[in-house]
Amino acid sequence: MNFDRIKEKLNILADAAKYDVSCSSSGSKRANKNKGLGDSSGMGICHSYTEDGRCVSLLKILLTNHCIFDCAYCVTRKSNDIKRAAFKVQEVVDLTINFYRRNYIEGLFLSSGIFKNADYTMERLIAVAKKLREEENFNGYIHLKSIPGASDELMREAGLYADRLSVNIEIPSASGLKLLAPDKNREDFLKPMRKVKNEIIQYKSEKKIIKSTPIYAPAGQSTQMIIGATGETDAQIMYTSAYFYKEFQMKRVYYSGYIPISYDKRLPSIGTEVPMLRENRLYQADWLLRFYGFDVRELLTKEHPNLDADVDPKLGWALRNLDKFPVNINTADRNTLARIPGVGMRSVHKIIHARRYRNLNWEHLKNIGIAMNRAKYFITCDSKDFETKDRTPGQLKSMIMQESASKFRKAYSSQLNLFDSNALPTL
Amino acid sequence: MAIYRYDSSFEGFLSCIFDFYEQKPNTLSIVPQHHNALSFFDTSEDVITDPEKAQRVWKGLKQKGGSETTTAIHRAFLSEIEGIEDILLSYIIKCFKEGLSIKNYADSDVLRISKVVKMVGREKHRMDAFVRFRETKDGIYFATIAPDFNVLPLNSTHFKKRYADQKWLIYDLKRKYGIYYDLHTVETIELQLSSDINTTSQASLYFTQEELQYEELWQNYFNSTNIASRKNMRLHVQHVPKRYWKYLSEKKPS
Repeated sequence: MNFDRIKEKLNILADAAKYDVSCSSSGSKRANKNKGLGDSSGMGICHSYTEDGRCVSLLKILLTNHCIFDCAYCVTRKSNDIKRAAFKVQEVVDLTINFYRRNYIEGLFLSSGIFKNADYTMERLIAVAKKLREEENFNGYIHLKSIPGASDELMREAGLYADRLSVNIEIPSASGLKLLAPDKNREDFLKPMRKVKNEIIQYKSEKKIIKSTPIYAPAGQSTQMIIGATGETDAQIMYTSAYFYKEFQMKRVYYSGYIPISYDKRLPSIGTEVPMLRENRLYQADWLLRFYGFDVRELLTKEHPNLDADVDPKLGWALRNLDKFPVNINTADRNTLARIPGVGMRSVHKIIHARRYRNLNWEHLKNIGIAMNRAKYFITCDSKDFETKDRTPGQLKSMIMQESASKFRKAYSSQLNLFDSNALPTL
Repeated sequence: MAIYRYDSSFEGFLSCIFDFYEQKPNTLSIVPQHHNALSFFDTSEDVITDPEKAQRVWKGLKQKGGSETTTAIHRAFLSEIEGIEDILLSYIIKCFKEGLSIKNYADSDVLRISKVVKMVGREKHRMDAFVRFRETKDGIYFATIAPDFNVLPLNSTHFKKRYADQKWLIYDLKRKYGIYYDLHTVETIELQLSSDINTTSQASLYFTQEELQYEELWQNYFNSTNIASRKNMRLHVQHVPKRYWKYLSEKKPS
């Protein structure tokens, strides 16, 4: 092993890959086989966290950062003056195996700049995965990037070795894509996604009949959108997400606050703050869609195209729908409980179990761990004490905010101040 | 008040439960033997660990409450939190008498146990994540840990499934025992460890050259994958509390 050279490559190619948010290693069903190395049948594991607080679960690298495209938002774009490097297939295999053996990682996340053409690049990615599976008997997690425009045959093969496949659409709207990545077109992104979706469905149905059918991309597909690089509203972003969840059965859509990396006039300039609060609110909304039974049309509408900065999306929804409250904790069904601000799915689960044995009062609810500062205005329980006054949404909101300390308070109050100082003349 | 002292093993604790039902003292507290805060008025008794008695209690609990109950009791016990024996005893009495479910979160003992179980589960999961193996010169992947709770028995299956083709040894420095996998089975072992095993200056005595290189590559990777403009040390420390840093090669000062 040429240690110094590998070290240099690793630095360059890990640095270039870090803007991909996904680091999930869960959801696969690949068990250890023939006493080989690795097992990814359990839950995902974050082996470490970087200083930005993001989890390190997979060895996330590019095969190469040479790229024929020139997408404005990307660090590896052709016109960017940076050091370029490329791993050999065997080098990636060795790094993965040796990191895995030391319990540093759950597996490999391999992406790449596009060199020569889409199929050539995809072939190299598959070669790494194939070698890991077939020569090293590696059963850890493998996440491969689907290269936009790759052929159906290659996508079919990729899913046989990978646990998850993903294509990042990056820009939520077609017009934004045209502006920032004129040489790419949206259909190139969707084609491999559609192929993988269909293969997953087909393999699953075959497996029901023939048990020896191999598993195909057991952890499904994911995608990612950059937030705040172009002028999309939250509604545009979340409707796009909802479309991907429904149409492509995505396991996850990730939201990545744009980190300024370029002096390009079309993009926020270097030094602009990463929109972390907005990113957080989008994830909260995403969770409401996936786990809490909300429909995107309830959260975002034409009249209300952006999520509130100062309150979470569920509380925002509740304040617009006060007629649906208060909810009786002891009788409401699961879906209704899940819609109470300050009550998460774990608390819903605990409430449902606990109320089988007795009616719950405020003390019980507090001990179960629901966020009373928000929830108390929206529920009744086994007690004569409850909020009886009819308050306006505005009053409720200010009462709740006075009682709570959000870690984002600084972020949204500065955003509000900014807004005030530039007060729009039409308002 | 009666006090039972036991050898701090799980079987020992279950033997105490057995004796409790045999002797029926009015009030009872169960404490480990190394615990010596006895008050003048208490009568204390050393309970001898009896696997047969333990087995009977275990079976009875399983019959009454199912495996969810026994798993919770075992996990809560491994927390070694002072006084956890008494909370478990109080729950077990209610479980046998009224069939109190381990999911009745309106009961204060159940709620406390479920919180402790969660803490232990979290610590177990952390050890699944934070163990850092280093390949020794004799080809064993070796790691030291010092978890808050005695979770090593819970980790064994996870590592056995995952590292089926390599010898490994995880050693709990706090409780002075480890688990060792010899390519066939996992065994509990006790070792005399040299005190300099974790020092950087002596590392080349115990570990291969390649090992030290991979450690450096990992450190490099860890630094390159960080996004400086999103720095959030509060979140970082929340996920990787400082007390674990000394066993994480990526957090070692280079």
